[in-house]
Parts: sequence; structure tokens; C-alpha cells
Amino acid sequence: MPEMSYAEALSQALVEIMEQEPRAVLIGGAFGPLGKRFANRIKQPPIAELGYCGIAVGAAMTGLRPIVSLGTASFIYEALPQVLNEASVARYGSAGQLSVPVVFHVRVGIRGAGAMQHSAAPQPIFWNTPGLQIAVPSSPADAKGLMLTAALRSQDPTIFIDHTRLHRLRGPVPDGPTEVPFGVAQVKREGKDVTVLATSVMVPRALEAAEQLAREDGIAAEVVDLRTLVPLDKAAVLASVAKTGRVLIADETQKSCGVGAELAALICEEAFFHLKAPVRRVAIPDVPIPYSKSEEDYVTPGSHHIMAGVREICR
Amino acid sequence: MGELSLETTKALLRRMLLIRRAEEQVIHFATDYKELLTGHYHVYIGQEATGVGVCHALQPGDYLFTTHRNHGHVIARGGESGPVLAEIIGRVGGYNRGRGGTFHVSAPHLGILHTSAIVAGCVPLAAGAALSAQQRGTSQISVAFFGEGAMDEGASYEALSIAALWTLPVLFVCETNGMAGGRREKGESGPRLVDRALALGITAEVVDGTRLAAVCDAAGRAVERLRAGSGPVFLQVQTGNTWPGHSGGRAVLQGGDFDLTWAYDAAAAPQELREWIETSDSVSILLRDLDRSGVLSRAAAIELDREVRAETQAAAKMALESPYPSPEGALQHVFGR
Ligand SMILES: Cc1ncc(C[n+]2csc(CCOP(=O)(O)OP(=O)(O)O)c2C)c(N)n1
Ligand SMILES: [Mg+2]
Repeated sequence: MPEMSYAEALSQALVEIMEQEPRAVLIGGAFGPLGKRFANRIKQPPIAELGYCGIAVGAAMTGLRPIVSLGTASFIYEALPQVLNEASVARYGSAGQLSVPVVFHVRVGIRGAGAMQHSAAPQPIFWNTPGLQIAVPSSPADAKGLMLTAALRSQDPTIFIDHTRLHRLRGPVPDGPTEVPFGVAQVKREGKDVTVLATSVMVPRALEAAEQLAREDGIAAEVVDLRTLVPLDKAAVLASVAKTGRVLIADETQKSCGVGAELAALICEEAFFHLKAPVRRVAIPDVPIPYSKSEEDYVTPGSHHIMAGVREICR
Repeated sequence: MGELSLETTKALLRRMLLIRRAEEQVIHFATDYKELLTGHYHVYIGQEATGVGVCHALQPGDYLFTTHRNHGHVIARGGESGPVLAEIIGRVGGYNRGRGGTFHVSAPHLGILHTSAIVAGCVPLAAGAALSAQQRGTSQISVAFFGEGAMDEGASYEALSIAALWTLPVLFVCETNGMAGGRREKGESGPRLVDRALALGITAEVVDGTRLAAVCDAAGRAVERLRAGSGPVFLQVQTGNTWPGHSGGRAVLQGGDFDLTWAYDAAAAPQELREWIETSDSVSILLRDLDRSGVLSRAAAIELDREVRAETQAAAKMALESPYPSPEGALQHVFGR
């Protein structure tokens, strides 16, 4: 299996999509080398996120499969009216008559010196908006596979969450049709003592923590990568919690009403009697993201937070 | 009526009357029944010539996007009053199985895909459908109907600007009805919204929306330009003085349903309506023109209206007899999978 970086895997996905799907159109500024080959299906919009995201939604209603690249996730806030009020409700409002197969690709998260307006983690906003799918790949293979699924198969809008700090992560990417289905979590590491639920950039951090916990504490942590938040693989979450009886949720979103909050609520409702210890969350404290390195590091959920949390609930 | 044949003219008048009578029925739903139409809603009375004139220039397969004031546009495009009325009262027989209601009447089979009640929400979407047609190499065009209020929203300018840049086949129809958010400050929205489109390099003109022939003429030329691939067109359609029955989101029928004889003799109409009938009501103006030019006599028009009223009554009956959707259906159609 060829090894490549997360960024290379994503570019490869885009090339395959453009080769296979004549209805695919790329809207946005970050398609570099693809530009020449598919020039007639790459649209470079002005800096008008609301306008071009809405245009992508209208195009998706009428037979295209647009992939919009907004760059930094903070910028999609400028387009929210079209994403939250139009794209997400069109199928529902038409009682199922309309499909909106559009992909919004955004780079989220604490990237290093992004400060308040280049570090956004908007997953909770989108998860709280019925009608949007959310892909949160953590590996090169999943980045490619989930992008292929979103762009080639999906009939509904997808927010594709890409994390800047994953771009250089290398890993194997299978050849051939490598679509990864939505709604299927992956157990990245088996363990019997505690479940660590993670997405996106927190998956490698959780794996690192699990290694160290095994070495230093003899704790066998099971790391479950959700891969998509919507649809959510509830069964995989509950099965792992039933097996270990302890759970820590690691997510790089703000803590209140964040990804961890919803998962914790789900577990309390549906797996409470399997629990041997309180549910723990590792998340960003409820603050915007600061600029200076010392402060930024302080608010970034890391493997050390995961280890500390696991040690507490496994005492 | 210039180039329009007698048959066409009659057909267009019929559409306008269908809209008028359907909208009156909507008001009856709200005022004559308990708990039938409890929310607010927006009627198209007076503006009929704009929707009908623009839609006359379209072909099957073209796209249409509209707003909270959509009922008239859907019927103008060929929508039937029954499913429109059923939708407005939330019944299964509606075009969207009652899911969308008055704010979101759409009819995908007529190219009316998704109706947004967010002011200016439809403007980027229409440009997007135009991009789709352009990319797929079809001759389809896309139309966005919106009010002057939408020209206060940023979304409109972003969409207009990109449409101009990408030469998209989209027709922007800005209907200035003297209302934006229930405010009625005559002239405040200004006759020159068109300048804003011109400033973005978009072909644009002001159209007299009280006259069907003027709308047909401008829309016809616009559509020709769009199909030739010459880029977007913006029409500022002045729909005249606001219909006096608008009252926030709950309209009132002064003097009851419109009596066609008022069109010919405004003095017979309720005081509040007289000036509007004389200067602004596109239905009244068309009726008088047709009568004067001998194209359609008063008697013939009244006969046509009788048919339309019977059709509207049947449509209302169909809507009222249509059941509410089953409650747990509310959980369906969030996703296609
Ligand atoms: C984004 C947004 N803001 C406010 C409203 C509330 N609202 C409903 S209709 C309306 C006025 C719209 O005026 P105009 O665009 O001229 O359309 P008209 O009602 O005259 O057809 C407003 C402000 C809304 N629907 N959407
Ligand atoms: Mg208005």
C-alpha cells in the first residue's frame, strides 16, 4: 500500500473525483495543480463566501456536485445563511423531493498562531443543524475515502472537516476505489480498560496517549475514531463503552455544547449502567483561541490531557 | 397588447386572475376559519403582471427561485391552485406535502426547487442554478424573484457580482412594491436600485410592472440575452402603489373579493382601493386596456373570471379536504440515505 501524507491523499481524491464524475465542479481558491487539467470545472470566486457558497448550493440542486473549498474554517461563518438556512433544509422542506449534494471543505482547528479568527472548530454548529453531514477524518486513507464518498455518492450536504495539523501526517492509502462509508467508526486500537472516543486531530493524540498509558501504567485503552459525526456510529460507541465501562471523549472543540458534550449525553442516556466511572471530556476551555504560543498550547487538548483524564477514571 | 395574440393575452389574464382569486382564498383561510392559517403570510395581490409576464418568457426546464411572497410566482409558472392552497394550510395534498407551508411553496417539477423565506436567500441559489446550466451546456436559464428589501442584504451583491464575473444566465427580478418589512415609505426604496446592478456591470432596466405588456416586453428581451450567453440581466419592476389590503403579515380584503366591475368603474369600489385601482393594480389596468382596445369586452372578462372563481373554489375544497400529514412523518426526509 502506498504511503502518503494526508494532504496528498486529499489531492489524490480530488483528482479521482474530477476524473470519474463529470458533474463535479470545484469552487474555491486552493486547488493548485488541478487547475490546468480541469480548468473548465474549476471556478475561482471572488472573496464572497456567502455568494459562492449559495451558488454552490443552487448548483447542487440542479445537477452539479460542487466541492467548495473555503480554506480556513472561520471563513464559513461568512456563509452561514446559505449553509444553515438553505442547504441543510432543502430536502426536508421539499418532503424529500430535492437533493443537495454539495461538499464544503474547511480547515479547522488550532493550527499555531491562528489566533481568534483562524482557528475555528465549527463542528458543533453544524452538528446542531439537522440536514448536514459532518466528516472528520483523522488519517490519509480516511481523508481520501470520506472525500470520495462525499463527492461521488452522497445526496446531501457534507461539511468536510480537515485539520491543518494533520496535513503532514503520513499513512498508507489503499489503491483503487477507496471510498470510506459514512457512519462507520473504526476501532484504531483495541483495549479492555477504557474507551477513548476521538475524531480528526485528536485520534493521533489519543493513540499516542494510549501507547504511553500501556507502557507506563499497564492501562489498555481502546481508541475509537468516529470518522463521521453525522451520521454517527452510535452502535460502535455503545459497544465499546459496554466493553470497557469507562470513557473519555477527546475533541478539539470548545467544551460547552461541543462534540464531547453530545457524546457524553448519549452515553449517559443509553449506556449508563455499563459505566464504572464518570464520563470524562478533554476539550478546549470555553475561550476563543489565543495567539501567543504559551497561551495557545495551554488551551490545546493534547495527549497529556488524555493521559491525565484516563488515569483519573481508571484509578 | 403589441405582439401578444388574443389567445395568449387571454391565457395570461386568466393566470393573473387565478393568482388574484387564490390569494383572496388564502386571506379567507386566515380570516374566515379558526386555526386554519394561524401564522403570517404574504400575498401577491396587485403584482400579478410581474410574475405572469416574466414566466411567459420562460421555457419548460428553466429554473425559478422566489421568496416569502411566492404564491403568485408558483401559479404564474403553471402551478395549480389546489396544491398551492393545500401547501399553504399544511396539508398532504400540497406540493411539499404541507412541509413547507406559505413561506416555502415550491414545485420541483416546474423548476421551482427551493423557496427561501430568508430575504435575499434565493439570490445566490438562482445564480447557482445558472452556473449549473452553464456548466452542463444547456440553454436553461434561472430566474430569481425578490423584493426591494433584498437589495439591503449583502447576499444579493455577492451573487450579482459573481453572476456578472462568470457571465451566468440568471435573470434578477427585483419587484419594488413599496414595502420592505411592512414599511410603506413611498419612494424610499428609490426608483434607482437598477443603478446598483449597472454599477456591477449587469444589464439592467426599470420596468413598469403595472402593465403586463411592459413586463412581457422587458422579460422577453432579457431572456433572449440570457440564452445568447451574454450574462445576467437585472429588471427593477415597479409594481406601483402598494395594495392597500396589506397589513403586516395578515392581509385584509377591503370590500370583500375583488369585483371585476371596479376595474372599469373605480368609483364603485371601496374608497381605500380607488386610487390603487386607477394607478397601480396590474389586473385592473389590463382589464381596462383590453376593453378599450376591443380585445376583450367587459362581459367576456367577467365570464372568464367566473370560470377562474369556480376553479379556485374547487381548489380550495381540494385543499380543505386534504388531510394533515401523519405527525411522525416530521422525522422523515432530513437526509436522503
Ligand atoms: C434575513 C431576513 N430578515 C428579515 C426577515 C423578515 N422579513 C420578512 S418579509 C420582509 C420584508 C421584505 O421586503 P421585500 O424584500 O421588499 O419583499 P416584499 O415583502 O415587499 O415582497 C422582512 C424584513 C426575513 N424574512 N429574512
Ligand atoms: Mg417590497
